[in-house]
Amino acid sequence: MHATLCDIVTDLVQNSIEAGASQIRVEVSTHPKQIEICIVDNGKGMDAATQARVFDPFYSEAGKHDHRQVGLGLPLLKQTAEATGGHMELHSEQGKGTTVRFYVEAQHWDTPPLGNLVMTVLGLMSFRSAYNLTFTRKTQHDSYQVSRHELIEVLGNLEEAGTLNLAKGFLASQEEALVH
Amino acid sequence: MAKLTLDTLRKLREEQQKTMVMRDPSNKDTQIIVGMGTCGIAAGAKDVFNAILEVLEAKNITHVLVTQTGCMGLCHSEPTVEVIVPGMPVVIYGNVKRDIAKQIVQEHVIEKKLLDNHICDKPAMDIIRK
Repeated sequence: MHATLCDIVTDLVQNSIEAGASQIRVEVSTHPKQIEICIVDNGKGMDAATQARVFDPFYSEAGKHDHRQVGLGLPLLKQTAEATGGHMELHSEQGKGTTVRFYVEAQHWDTPPLGNLVMTVLGLMSFRSAYNLTFTRKTQHDSYQVSRHELIEVLGNLEEAGTLNLAKGFLASQEEALVH
Repeated sequence: MAKLTLDTLRKLREEQQKTMVMRDPSNKDTQIIVGMGTCGIAAGAKDVFNAILEVLEAKNITHVLVTQTGCMGLCHSEPTVEVIVPGMPVVIYGNVKRDIAKQIVQEHVIEKKLLDNHICDKPAMDIIRK
């Protein structure tokens, strides 16, 4: 199991980027009893046969690493959801994209902590690839949304230490305003 | 911290760019690449990414590129950090924790000295794209 829920999100969004997605939506909703996370992409998607195999930790898409047959992202998610009173849904269509949605019980003994959401979102926004990522954060009382394209439009890039630190401060301020 | 708007962020960036012009741009072509595969994530790569940004901010260094990559085939030595400084060998550091990440910035990037005890290796041969 990953140490935090954010680590699962990073893993799954990397799958989206590697699947050639140009649009990725990530939504994280935290409520007193439940945490819900949803990742939607328009990547290449999976056929039924592939979907049947992705929960096997010793299955990885051919060509990614030719001599290594390990793919832990979705198996770790399934393990976490099942161990914490939650569940997960995978919907995928070849050529159209993939949606992964999962819920965990917030108070369950084995639910991992949410993790560092600010660094996670910053990391998700700063992979070197042509994609837009829209991140939506919701709690019972408030929400915010930020997209990769608008941050790049404002900052010029998300690669230099200077712009990354400004983006980090921006995301931290959104999160802090939400929590307090 | 007050909630920042995109307009405020734009102004902060403009101020940063003005001071960058006056500063020595010698780190312009330096790159720090953090391995962020499943193995890296599990070993704490996000903390390392954060530590690198923190120390660069503390040292007022804005030009250095900080990027991420997937698994480099060195899962046994995660978190891994590759450093590319013009005029120096390309190096991958392994088992990097926050304190080592800060040393990498201070010694490798700023002082141009290798951290001999933390150098890992080249990427695993079966991962390199020919």
